[in-house]
Amino acid sequence: MRHTLSELTGPVYGHEAVREGDNDLTTQHKGEPRGERIIVHGRVLDEDGRGVPNTLVELWQANACGRYVHVVDQHPAPIDPNFTGAGRTQTDANGHYRFVTIRPGAYPWGNHHNAWRPAHIHFSVFGHSFISRLVTQMYFPGDPLFPFDPIFNSVTDEKARARMISEFDLENTQPEWALCYRFNIVLRGRNATPMENM
Amino acid sequence: MADITPSQTVGPYFAYGLTPNGKYAWNDAFTNNLVTPDVTGERIRVEGRVFDGDGESVPDCMVEIWQADAQGRFADPQDKRALPNTSFRGFGRCGTDVNGGYAFDTIKPGQVADPDGKPQAPHLLLAVFARGMLVHLYTRIYFDGDAANAVDPLLALVPADRRSTLIAARKAATGSPVYSLDIHLQGDDETVFLGV
Repeated sequence: MRHTLSELTGPVYGHEAVREGDNDLTTQHKGEPRGERIIVHGRVLDEDGRGVPNTLVELWQANACGRYVHVVDQHPAPIDPNFTGAGRTQTDANGHYRFVTIRPGAYPWGNHHNAWRPAHIHFSVFGHSFISRLVTQMYFPGDPLFPFDPIFNSVTDEKARARMISEFDLENTQPEWALCYRFNIVLRGRNATPMENM
Repeated sequence: MADITPSQTVGPYFAYGLTPNGKYAWNDAFTNNLVTPDVTGERIRVEGRVFDGDGESVPDCMVEIWQADAQGRFADPQDKRALPNTSFRGFGRCGTDVNGGYAFDTIKPGQVADPDGKPQAPHLLLAVFARGMLVHLYTRIYFDGDAANAVDPLLALVPADRRSTLIAARKAATGSPVYSLDIHLQGDDETVFLGV
């Protein structure tokens, strides 16, 4: 179909959707969550490589033991009372975002015999228009579970799969405090072809 | 050109992050109530249920809507005609309930012209996210009884016998009108989804 204003415009947010500290998942409760503290940052870009400013980035994830707080998750690993696993932020004028969180654990999911999800963080991003909307998952480099995970491999092109894997970022790793991973997210532009999942 | 990041399924556990609705220690960025104190236009409720290909309701689905205001303007600076004097955002989000149900309280959008300047009938744009789907689906909701449906350029592209999957029925209701449309992700009654 031809795009009309319905498809080519999209929600715009002031800062009211994001509260101070919503991008730090380690300070939402009385105590500090268990696990390995990490920084996850990057840029939201359009297909021309330009940063997408002031756009909302939401994430959710399992805790360090691979357990979600979601009521349906029955994986027998402990819930962490100091970790919900949800965050949001807005990109800055250059499209940059930054979160502080805990590295999520792998978890079994019963899809097939001995099925384990590689550690991942779910991302939800808006972009310039309602059709640039993206929900994806960020993975960690070198995960041995990659070859066995049907969700990761639902993206059939190897190069496209690689774009879901964050890079270890030593330069932005904070000494004595937290490792850093960089995850850039590229959204469809206004003239993109219909989304196939590559 | 940078290559786009692939889409992945929203999975079964997004609710505490995206649609916590008071059930988790996290607040909702968005709700299913788009009505703001200053908005003008006809208040309506749009509701329905989401079904999978087996006809089972989908209780862990997320539906988002994007729409123009009653004057047919979008709350986005890219719509150069947008009115600055209302806080109406035109965006809503709803997680389906145990019966697959969704609902939005909003105002009926006005008409928006297509790129040729032809008026389109009032409609909502929907994005549907669900476990097991690699990519979210887009569709539109039109309003039964609106005379403009007969000349809407997009509805004209849809075979007549499938058009009803895009047109919400007006239910008898006291007070504000209630429009109802079920969404079928697959199967014989599959909703017409848009290749945007």
